[in-house]
Order: sequence, then structure tokens, then C-alpha cells
Amino acid sequence: MDFAALNEHLGGVLKSESFRDNTRLIVPAAQLDDLMSHLKHHLGFDMLSDVTCCDYLEYPGATDRYGVIYVVVNTKTRERLVVKTFVNDPSPTLPSMYRHWKTADWTEREVYDLFGIHFTGHPNLQRILCPPEFESHALRKDYPLKGRGERHNFPVITRAES
Amino acid sequence: MAIAQPPGSGGASATPGSSAPFVNPQKGLPDNVFLTTLNAASSWARKNSLWPMPFATACCGIELMATASSRHDLARFGAEVMRFSPRQCDLMIVAGRVAMKMMPVLQRIWLQMPEPKWCISMGACACTGGVFDTYAVVQGIDRFIPVDLYVPGCPPRPEQLIAGIMQIQDLVQKTGTMQGTEFQYRTRPTGPAPFDADEIIRIREGQMQLTPLELPASLKRGNPALEGSA
Amino acid sequence: MPVVASSLHPATSRNAAGGSASSHAEAANSEYLWTLNFGPQHPATHTTLRLVLTLDGEKVVKAEPDIGYLHSGFEKLGESLDFNQYVTIVDRMNYISPLANEIAWHHTVEKLLGIEITPRCTYLRTILAELMRLHDHLLCVGAVALDLGAFTAFLYFFQQRELIYDIVEYASGQRFHTSYTRVGGVLFDVNNLWADKVRSFAKNFPKIHSEVDRLLTKNRIFVDRVKGVGVLSREDAINMGCTGPIARASGVVRDLRKDEPYLAYADLDFKIAASKNGDCYARYLVRMQEMLESIKIINQAIENIPAGPVNVELEGKSVLPSKPAVYRSIEGLIHHFEMIMPNRGFKVPVEELYACTESPNGELGFYIVADGEPRAYRARCRPPSFIHFATFQHLMPGYMLSDVPAILGSLNIIAAELDR
Repeated sequence: MDFAALNEHLGGVLKSESFRDNTRLIVPAAQLDDLMSHLKHHLGFDMLSDVTCCDYLEYPGATDRYGVIYVVVNTKTRERLVVKTFVNDPSPTLPSMYRHWKTADWTEREVYDLFGIHFTGHPNLQRILCPPEFESHALRKDYPLKGRGERHNFPVITRAES
Repeated sequence: MAIAQPPGSGGASATPGSSAPFVNPQKGLPDNVFLTTLNAASSWARKNSLWPMPFATACCGIELMATASSRHDLARFGAEVMRFSPRQCDLMIVAGRVAMKMMPVLQRIWLQMPEPKWCISMGACACTGGVFDTYAVVQGIDRFIPVDLYVPGCPPRPEQLIAGIMQIQDLVQKTGTMQGTEFQYRTRPTGPAPFDADEIIRIREGQMQLTPLELPASLKRGNPALEGSA
Repeated sequence: MPVVASSLHPATSRNAAGGSASSHAEAANSEYLWTLNFGPQHPATHTTLRLVLTLDGEKVVKAEPDIGYLHSGFEKLGESLDFNQYVTIVDRMNYISPLANEIAWHHTVEKLLGIEITPRCTYLRTILAELMRLHDHLLCVGAVALDLGAFTAFLYFFQQRELIYDIVEYASGQRFHTSYTRVGGVLFDVNNLWADKVRSFAKNFPKIHSEVDRLLTKNRIFVDRVKGVGVLSREDAINMGCTGPIARASGVVRDLRKDEPYLAYADLDFKIAASKNGDCYARYLVRMQEMLESIKIINQAIENIPAGPVNVELEGKSVLPSKPAVYRSIEGLIHHFEMIMPNRGFKVPVEELYACTESPNGELGFYIVADGEPRAYRARCRPPSFIHFATFQHLMPGYMLSDVPAILGSLNIIAAELDR
């Protein structure tokens, strides 16, 4: 993949990092859709392997709160690319990748459920892992590991009732 | 159990040659009649045909499958008839952790099982939450449903589960009654209190209003939908 | 209640008779659709998941999976446990092949820390990974057969699983959740007796495999239930992110063992099983063939396993000192203490990394964000079951209710990995 040409295509907003065998592209949220569409339709990255997120609230030297991470794969050249973009409170919002890759359906729902990031254009953005009445976003760093009592909010059944 | 014939006499009476049934001179009863209480007889029948309801959620479910399949063969204890319909079961085996989304399902299935019924909590997660002390996992099902026997281990070996089922058989034999009166007095929850002390602090920190819920009327005793169609 | 029928695939020979695109649209407008709740406690799901099926007679018009019934906060736990402790949790992710998860997790951690494991460990982990592939496929194929009425195949295969349990227990001391791998090595080294156990298993396995092959592969009852059912086209498989046997059964010849060789796979001779049909039968055949390839890999690896230390040496010290050194020398004890104490141990870069291995179910990847502490700041797992189960709603419409267990079984959904 030619990084210089890709960067020129997007107007020079891309940053590239690499660590071990990973290549990371860091893109502003506004250009994310352009980049992903270009990757899919012109550079042959036909598989979206994963969508995930990280809450950088307590990370040393972090300036933005949420980093949303896309892992795309070119199944012909076996190339793998990590695309990363940052969003912030309040109302972190990104365009949905569902129209390029169907993988984004559930993975984006999961990110919405656990981090509270909204994806515009997603066909069915609902909670997927936590119950619908759950109020918090569990993987945010300001949510305690042991929860706030939701796990024990049930009626008690004794032998008298059953 | 008292099904064995009296030593020395039973063999003789069963031979084809003797036509008259053997009569015990002390009791005046034929040899193929024996006396016991109704409770003991019904418990004996129940303990040897426990029908488990495998509430298998996670890893322990695979060990439950291993217990029922080739090498360990649960059929030796009369408990191989896994029924996935709660209406047909009398032994619930909760195998695996129960998440907060699953707990209402578990309670509903427990209420749908007909009396008499027993519950085995299999594995560390079902007993105490195990390694999963997180926001989503119920820390022990005994906080919310009655449990008769705990099988520890993560997951327990099939031998351990078989030992647990044999203990349940003992329990059924020793305490079982025809009318299920042994259950009527257990009106207090046996597990720990629903909320831990540190959890109440976290609830206050989060400024949330959580009150332990009441059992909905549709699930309470006396509801024809639960009891009628068993 | 209007329901939009989404028929993604061209009608196969099976459903062409009952429904074409026009009759689907007709059904969508009618009021006689039934809604069937399937799960979360149902024998055919094998795990904890729920489906809401909309039925037109016996035909499924729409399938909505509802998951999260086993969500246990694995990833949140990963932020509070260190790299060695978290292996106990990773174990419980895909619980029908626990060691494959451990190998994937420590593969990622070692890549992050820049540790090269020793040749002996490489081969040992390769053998274990392949045993786990057998472990997984045995249960998957056995369970599909069980759901479709072939109980014998299930019992035959479960017996083989017990033998693998024995092998794993001999190496690690635990039969199920082994927690066997460590950063830079494994818990204990193995010995010749263990190698003999593996050899005898690998020698006898093909016989059982061929017996089950004869029971199922040409069995008309079985074939009729799986052939042409749940067809996933090549384009959809790529677009939906499928990997592993499911993608290979749809003609996506992609196997990380060949594409990005890790462990000892570059030295070993094996083939990739693939098919073009993309139906449940193709997935079954791919799994059956992969089992034989795994046996081939195990046979080569067990004969070529090098001698030498199994744990890596860092600055002249092995990652975990041997037990005699801990008990008999003060240096060993200090070293052990330093590795075990949570605030000592590894030098961790402030970086992030995605790495993956070919687990039995597909690409099992971990995305670790590290902040210099000996634990992950974020431990994301890319679970193949989650990605594969998302295809179910597109696979199901147009097939019969009785095809649900076949399709569900052939996707091999493991709830603990699905929900984490």
C-alpha cells in the first residue's frame, strides 16, 4: 500500500505509525468515511476484520478520550491495516461502516453498548451484550469493574414461592 | 433398600418347584410383600429416576455433556434422562455462570419445574461467581433461588458431579416426603444477602436508585398459568 | 405487523419449490406469520443464545438473534489482571478448545513485549494448538450429528475428546481449563511418556475418524439435512468478515497458518481444506478434512520436537525459574518473587498491537493497548464466534425451521466467546 499517494488523496491529514508488524493509520473522524471507502473500493481491503474501541481516560499522555479502531484486511495480498480515529465527549459520533462491510453491524453495536459511541447510518443501533435496561457503558474507565449493583437487582425466590 | 429377599429363605421360595408362596411365620405375610412407609417408598422411586434439567450456560455444560457421554455414563445412576423442558424435570443442574441477563430466565425456569424439585449448583461460577467478579455476573445463584447442593470446581470433573448426584440421591432418600412437606418450612432465603456491603457503597456513589425487585404476580404461587399445565 | 423478508441468497434447489422472491414479498404483507422464540435455554443451541424467528408455516422468514445471555465482562477483567493471570480468563472464552485461546493470547503478549520463544516451546505449542483444533472440530461435528439424529457419531467423537483431555491433563495437571502457557514459555515441560501418549493417539485417531466418516458422509439422512442448507457465498463470507473453516467452506482460501506463519507452521507440511459450495455440508467436510491435516501436523511435530529449555531466557534468567531453583537457592527465590509480584516483571512498551492466530473457529485476535504497566490497559478480543453469528440473520431466511439446528451447529457458536 502506498501511504504517500493515499495521504495525498485525503489532503494530507493521515498519520502513519508502525509497531512490530502492525501498520496504523490515524485519521481525523471527519475523513474516516473517505478513507475507509477508498480502502474498500480502490485499494482492495475487502474484509473488515474487527471494530473496537479504547477509552484513553487514564492513558499517559492521551489527548482524546475514545479511540475507535478498525482492522481491515486485503484478502488477496494478505495485507492487514489498523485504522484509528479519535472522538470525544459529549456525544461521541462516527459514521457507520455498515454500508461498506456487513461485519460492522454487530461490532459497532458492541462498541455502542460498551462505550456509548453513536454510529450514524447504522440500521439497528441497540445494545447487544448488556440488557436493554442497563444504563451505563461498561467498558468506560469511569465504570467500576464490579458494577453499581445491577448484577444483584433481582427478586429472591425461596422454597415458599416455588 | 429393602427389596432384597430375606437371606436363606428367599432363594428357596423362588424355585420353580415350590408352588405355595413363602410365608414369613413372624409377620404372616408372603415373601414378595414388604413393609415400609409411603415416604420412604416414594423417595426411593424418586431418587433412582432423577430427571435432570441441564441449565448449561458455559464451560461446566461441556463437563455435563462429558458426564452423560461415553466414559462416565450418568445412566448408571438413573439420571441420564436430560429433559430440556422444565415441566418434566425434578433436578435442576445449573452448570456455568449466570449473567444478569440470564438470571430472570433461570428464575422463570425454576418456577416452572413441578414439585418436588432439587437444585445442584455446579461449578465455582454458579456457586459464588468464581473468577468472574464483574459487573455482569451474579455472584452465586443461591442469592436468588434455593440451592440444595454445591459442586465446587472450575469446572468440576465428571466424577465430582457424579458424587454430587449421589449425594442428592441420599438427600432425597433421607429427607423426602410424599407431600413435599420438607420444603414447606424453608421460607427464608438460604444464600447471602442480595447486595454486598461494598456494592451498596458503589450504588450510592453512582447516585442510582436500585431497590430489590418484587417477584411479579404472574410468577407467584397460585398462578394457574404456572401450576395448571404441568 | 409487516415484516420485511430479506432473502439474501438466490433460492437453492431446496427452497425453490416452496418460495421464490415474489412469494416472500407476499408473505411479508400477510398477517399469518408466526413468531417463535428459540432459546435462551434450548438443547439445539448448545449454548446460551436466543433467536426470534418469524415463520411462514415452517419456513423462516426472518431470524433475529438476541445475544448477551452470557456476557461476563472478560475484557473489563483483562484490564485488572496481569499478562500471566489473564490466561485463566482467556481459557474460559472458547471453552471447547481452551489451549488455543491461551496460545493466541500469549502469542499477542509476546509480540508486544518482543519475546522470541524457544524452539522447543514453539513445537510444543504447535502440537497443543493442533490437538485443540481436533478437540473443537470433534465437538462441533459430533454436536451437529447429535442434533440431526446421529447419536453414535457423537459418542465416538466424545470418546476421542476424552483421550485428548488425558493428554492435556498429563502435560498441565488440569483436564479442562489448563492455564498452561506463560509469557515466554509454558508452565511445565513435557516428557517422553507424554510424547508416547500423543503418538498413540495420533496413530489410532484416523481409524475412528474413518468410522465416523462412513457413518455420516454418505448417510442419506444426514446429507439431506445439510446439503444445500445455509449457503454462504464467497462475496458474503468476505464482506461479513468470516474466517476459519466457515470462510474456507465458502471458497475463501485464507489460513493464517500459511499466510502469516507463526509458531512452527512454516516448517511443517500440511494442506488447507477448502470447498466452493458454502453450505453446511461443505463446512462439515472442511472440518473433517482439517482433522486429518491436524493429525499430519502432530505426527511431524512430535517427531521433530527439539530438545533444550522450554522457557525463554531474559537477561540470563528464564522467564519463570524452575521449581528446584526456587526452593533451593536464594537467587531463584528472588527471581521467582520478582516475576510473580504484580508490580515487577516485564518491561512493557507504551504501545498497542493487534495480533492473531488461526484458532479452530477462525481468526482469534487480540488487540492490546499497553500503558507500561504489566497488565493490559485494554484487552480486546476479536472473537470468531461473534463475527460468525452475525451472519446467521442473513443465512437463515428461506430455509425451514428444522434447518436451524443444522446451520447453528455448522457455524459452531460458543456463547462464552460470543458474549465474553
